[in-house]
Amino acid sequence: MSATPSDCLSKWVSQSVPADAFAWLEEQRAATAAGETKPFYLAFGLTARKLGKADLSLSTADLEEADTARSGWNPANWSIDQAARTLLVLALPIEDFAHYLKTLDRLFAAAEVGELVALYQALPLLPSPLAHQNRAAEGIRTNMKSVFCAVAHHNPYPSEQLDENAWNQMILKCLFVGVKLDPVIGLDQRANANLASMLLDYAHERWAANRDISPELWRMIGPYAAETQNGKAMEDLNKLLKEGRELEQQAAILALRSCQADEAQAILQGHPKWASAAEAKAFTWSSIAAAS
Amino acid sequence: MHIIDPHTHMSARTTDDYEAMAAAGVVAVIEPAFWLGQPRTSVGTFQDYYASLVGWERFRAAQFGIRHYCTIGLNSKEANNEPLAEEVLEILPLFLAKEGVVAVGEIGFDDMTATEEKMFRAQLELAKEVELPVMVHTPHRNKKQGTLRSMEICEEHGLPPHMVVIDHNNEETVQSVLDRGFWAAFTIYPKTKMGNERMVEVVRNFGSERIIVDSSADWGVSDPLAVPKTARLMLERGIAQEDVELTCYQNALSAYGQSGQFNESDWLNPAAIDQRNLFEGNSVLRGQTPRVDEPNESEIIT
Repeated sequence: MSATPSDCLSKWVSQSVPADAFAWLEEQRAATAAGETKPFYLAFGLTARKLGKADLSLSTADLEEADTARSGWNPANWSIDQAARTLLVLALPIEDFAHYLKTLDRLFAAAEVGELVALYQALPLLPSPLAHQNRAAEGIRTNMKSVFCAVAHHNPYPSEQLDENAWNQMILKCLFVGVKLDPVIGLDQRANANLASMLLDYAHERWAANRDISPELWRMIGPYAAETQNGKAMEDLNKLLKEGRELEQQAAILALRSCQADEAQAILQGHPKWASAAEAKAFTWSSIAAAS
Repeated sequence: MHIIDPHTHMSARTTDDYEAMAAAGVVAVIEPAFWLGQPRTSVGTFQDYYASLVGWERFRAAQFGIRHYCTIGLNSKEANNEPLAEEVLEILPLFLAKEGVVAVGEIGFDDMTATEEKMFRAQLELAKEVELPVMVHTPHRNKKQGTLRSMEICEEHGLPPHMVVIDHNNEETVQSVLDRGFWAAFTIYPKTKMGNERMVEVVRNFGSERIIVDSSADWGVSDPLAVPKTARLMLERGIAQEDVELTCYQNALSAYGQSGQFNESDWLNPAAIDQRNLFEGNSVLRGQTPRVDEPNESEIIT
């Protein structure tokens, strides 16, 4: 049997902290598993003091192990205290599920910024994922950007569990608050026609106000470019190719490449240099995100 | 020069204030839990208030490059509703171990009632249990008696004076506070507490050891720039740079640093995870660059 997320976290934390600090954590996990809430709440708050909050600094092999333990799980940015907090939450008994949810609610209600980040990043590891949909939606509603990113970025939960409306709102909010789309898991799989139309409206709103638009926006429009608002999207992409900044031109090429319509292929044929550069991966959505 | 304002109620202030404070050299603030100008009526509003001190407000400050810390406690003004006060005491442990909580406070006396004393004592015991310093609010009325009584009670509970900051001092109380080994904080608050010209003379007369300057800026007529303005006035009026640094930065760091939650490296060399969580993004500014004005108001606070 392959390792569980708890196994992975436990191994990584034990490798990163002194033996006595890890023993403290093991003790708290055991008390938590025994259903004692007071030591759980206290330990959850104390982890940073007891274990420090340095980065876990996981290797490529570690990250592969994470993805095997839980598909789509990417703890590349996790810190030691975050991992330890997740271990504590994963130790909570779930037999009395209503009580379990109440304990979690209380934890969220009193959480500080770092704790909120840890809790939202832990969502995909929790049992009964459906039970946390409202919680995830609340995380998306937050005004704290780091907390929002804890839900939206490197987190398989939204693409797996959010309905189309909530998912679309999350993507729009990423653009609205100026965070990248590329770290969102399941981005291309969950592109949809409604989202493409919403984002096109958003793009025109921004243009009307003389504001910049992230070139990443066109990634979500590309597959639906032909049908979005009667070809308006296709016109915009064509215009970006002619008049846009370099990153926008790259984005337009990649968007057109993701579009099955003949019209898109015809436009690409008019730009053979760009098209072959895209083919050779001279630029990708990730490189555009990194540069924008 | 770096400045710490170790007593300021930022929840009641605007983003303009944060911008001006950052421009004036404020690198860190401590927001003591206090009342909201009128008493709360349920434990839930206390809980949400404490949560905002360790959550949203901390994040909001970070948008301006200021590190935000807080103290958690049941203030004296709201201690007199005994059934509610008991409920609040029960939820305090949930927050005292949070990151960025540097003391139990502000606690102490307002009307000097028996219930206030009971809640004060209970929280002193809590502070000992969680090994945090204490921020003591001294009353506006009957200040001298209230200050003495507060110190006696701290001593009765065996709190070492170096773990206790007695706040809102004046010329009449400072000597007794220093004599007994406590930290003596002064609030530069227009009209009702200290003016900064008086503060200059306090430092001239009593020195800089264990003396701390703060603004207690809140929802009343108050000045979020009181500490930087006082620092500047001290320098102008011939107080040595070293004394200014002690009273407007280092002493607060030493006193509240005893919590283990308040370290210079937090703002000079923040951990990678803090940089990601607390120094990135700017949802408050919504993409605008902070406006930095030269302070042009009068530097004298009367």
